[in-house]
Amino acid sequence: MTVMQRKPVNPIDHLSAEDIEVIGKELDAIRDRVLADLGERDARYIRRLIRTQRRLELGSRAVLLFSLFPPAWIIGTAGLSVAKILENMEIGHNILHGQWDWMRDPKIHSTTWEWDHVSPAEQWKHSHNELHHRYTNVIGKDNDLGYGIMRVDEDQRWHPLHLGQPVWNLINACFFEYGIAAYDLELGRNLKKGRHRDPAFRARARAVGRKIRRQVLKDYVLHPLLSGPSFLSTLAATFTANLVRNLWSHSVIMCGHFPEGVETFEKTSIEGETRGEWYLRQMLGSANISGSRLLHIMSGNLSHQIEHHLFPDLPSNRYREVAPEVRALFDRYGLKYTTGSLPRQVFSAWKKVIRLSLPNRRPRDRASNRPAPALRTSGA
Amino acid sequence: MPVCRHDREMTTTVQRPSAPASLRRGLLRLAAAVTTPLLPDDYLDLVAPLRAGADLRGRIVEVRPETPDAATVVIQPGRDWQGHRPGQYLRLGVDVNGVRQWRAYSVTSAPGDRHDPITITVKAIPDGLVSNHLVRHAHPGMIVQLDQAQGDFVPPATPPARVLLVTAGSGITPVMGMLRSGALTGADVTLVHSAPTAADVIFGAALRDLAAAGSLRLVERHTRNVGQLSLADLAALVPDHLERETWACGPAGLLDALTAHWTAAGFGERLHTEQFRPTIIAPGEGGTVTFGRSGVTVAADGSTPLLEAGEAAGVLMPSGCRMGICYGCVLPLRQGAVRDLRNGSLTTAVPGDGVLVQTCVSAAAGPCDLEH
Repeated sequence: MTVMQRKPVNPIDHLSAEDIEVIGKELDAIRDRVLADLGERDARYIRRLIRTQRRLELGSRAVLLFSLFPPAWIIGTAGLSVAKILENMEIGHNILHGQWDWMRDPKIHSTTWEWDHVSPAEQWKHSHNELHHRYTNVIGKDNDLGYGIMRVDEDQRWHPLHLGQPVWNLINACFFEYGIAAYDLELGRNLKKGRHRDPAFRARARAVGRKIRRQVLKDYVLHPLLSGPSFLSTLAATFTANLVRNLWSHSVIMCGHFPEGVETFEKTSIEGETRGEWYLRQMLGSANISGSRLLHIMSGNLSHQIEHHLFPDLPSNRYREVAPEVRALFDRYGLKYTTGSLPRQVFSAWKKVIRLSLPNRRPRDRASNRPAPALRTSGA
Repeated sequence: MPVCRHDREMTTTVQRPSAPASLRRGLLRLAAAVTTPLLPDDYLDLVAPLRAGADLRGRIVEVRPETPDAATVVIQPGRDWQGHRPGQYLRLGVDVNGVRQWRAYSVTSAPGDRHDPITITVKAIPDGLVSNHLVRHAHPGMIVQLDQAQGDFVPPATPPARVLLVTAGSGITPVMGMLRSGALTGADVTLVHSAPTAADVIFGAALRDLAAAGSLRLVERHTRNVGQLSLADLAALVPDHLERETWACGPAGLLDALTAHWTAAGFGERLHTEQFRPTIIAPGEGGTVTFGRSGVTVAADGSTPLLEAGEAAGVLMPSGCRMGICYGCVLPLRQGAVRDLRNGSLTTAVPGDGVLVQTCVSAAAGPCDLEH
C-alpha cells in the first residue's frame, strides 16, 4: 500500500467533487434510515447478548473451580475464551462507541461502561474513537497504522528496528490488551519525549496500573485461589483464555486496515475535508471479513469494518443489514470494496508485515517537493 | 419513611463499625474484586432484580382496565422501596421501543406495609408515548425502573374539618390515593371532578360507592355536555369553597385559575395544587442555553452546536472529534430540546431525564439546561 495520492493510478480519479458529496448524501440517508428504525428489536439483541455473555462467563468460571479435572479445564477454558471475546468485541467495543447510548439505559452506556481489558475505557475511547476513527489511515495522524511499532505502509520510513517486526507483531498478538493499553497511553512517544514527569501522563499511567492490578488480581490470583487444589490449572486456564482472546482480537483487528487493497492517505490530504471526503476515506481505508453470522458476532462485527467506519455509532447488529446497500454504492461509483475470508485477510496482513520489515525494494520517488493533491483529485 | 432511614444511616456512620459490618464490607470488596470490571450486582440483577441493594425497580403483577383509555397497573416494588404517603407520586422508567423513558405517576393505592404491591393509574393521552405503552402493552412480569415516592401534595396527619377536592381527568389519581388511605376520614369532603363523560370517570364506580356510603359529596361534571368548570360554577356548587382546605389536581389552566382566585381572596395557603402533566416543551429554533454548574447562560441560534456556544461563552467544555463520532463531548440535558444538526432529529428532556446529548452536533431547539 502506498498513500493513495502517490499511486500511479489514483483510485478516485474518476470521481468529481459532486460525486463525492452525493456519495456522502447517500450514506447519510442510509444512516438516517437505520436511526429512525432503531427500537425494541435492537434493545432485545444487546440485552440478550449481555445476558448470554454473563451467564457464559459465570458458568465457565464455575466449571473452572474444578479445573484439575481435564474435561472441566477444556470446557471452562473454551467457555471463558468465548465469553472474553464477546465481552471485548461485540459488547465492550461497541458500547464504548456509543452505539447503544440511544437506549438511555445507564447500565449500557458509553459513559458508564468498563470492560474486561487492561486499558481503562476512558483512555481507549480517546485514542480509538477520537483519533483512530477521525484520522483513519492518515499517515502520521492515525497511530493504528502499525500501532507506532510497525511499518505497514511503503510510505512509512524504514528503520532497522523494523526487521524484527514479524516478531513484535507476534508478541503484540499474544499480549494484545497490554499493547493496546501502552498504545492508548502513547507510552513510547511520551517516554521518548521525556514526558514521564508530566502530571497528566502520570495520572493516566496510574489509572492503567490500577486497571492492570485489578485484572491480574481477578484472573491470576482470586479465581485460582477460589479453585483451591485446582489453583495452578485455573491459573493456566485464565491465562489461556486471555491468550485466545488476544490472538483472536489481534487477528480480527489486523484485518480491518492492513490487508492489501486498503488505501492510506497523506496528512495534508485531509485539510478542509468535507463530510463526503471523510466518508470516502473511510470507504477506501477499511477492509471487511466475509463469513458466517457467528464470525460476525465473534468479531464484534468488525468483520463489517467498512460499515463500522462509515457509521461508527450505529448498533453493530445493523452493519450486516446495511452491507449490501453499502456494497452496491461502491459498485455504482467504481470503488473497491475490500473483503475476503478470515484466513485470506489474516495471511494478507501478515504478508505485508513481513514484506515491509525490509526496506522498499526500489527507492520511491518521494516527490517531497510536489504539493500533495487533496483527496478530491479530479474535481479540484 | 425517608427520615427514619436517614437517621439510621447517620447512626452507623457515627459509631465505630461493628465486627459483622466490617466483615460484610470486606466480603463485598472481595466479591467486587472477583467480578471486576463488573460488580456483583450486575450478576445478581440477572436473577433477582428486586432484591435489597439493587437499583430500585418493580415488577408489574397485574394490569386492570379502568376506562376505555385508562388502566391501573399493580407493581411489586423492590425490597428497598420506602413506602409512600397518600397523594405522593413516583417516577417510573419504562423502555418504550427500546428507549428508557421516565414519567411521574401518582400512587393510587393506600399506604400499607412497604413490601405490599402498589398501584398507579395511567390514562393514555393522545400521542403520549409512555402512557399509551403502559395502558396497552404493560403486562404481568414486566420489570420497570422506579424512584422513591416524592411530592408534598399530601394531607396533614389530622384531617381538616372541611375539605374540597377539585380534580379533572387523571387528576383524580393522587386524590384517590388520599381517599383510600383514610387520611380524610371524618372530614366533611366535597369532590368536584371533571371528565368528558360518565364512562371516562376513572374510579367512577368506587367514587360513587364512597358517595353513597356518605364518605364524601361527589359532584361529577361531564364536560362534553356542560363544558369546562368555571370559577362561577365552582362558587355555585360549593359556596363555602374558600373556607375549605383544598387540594386540586388537573391541567395547568384550571390550576392557574384556582390559584389566582384563592390568592386574590387572601386564602392562598389553603390551596394545594399538583399539575399532572409536565410543562410541554415546544421545540423551536435556537434558545437560551444554561450550563448549570458553570453558572453560565448564553443565547444560541439553531445552527450553532452547543459545544461551540459553550466554548464561546468561556465554559470549559469536554470535546473530542467535533464531528459526532467519538462521544467525547456528551453532557446531560436536564431540561429542554436540542436538534441534531446532521439530520434534524429532536431530543427533548423533562426534569429528571438527564438525556446525554452530543454537544458537538446538537444545537438548541428551545431553552436548554445542560448539567456542566
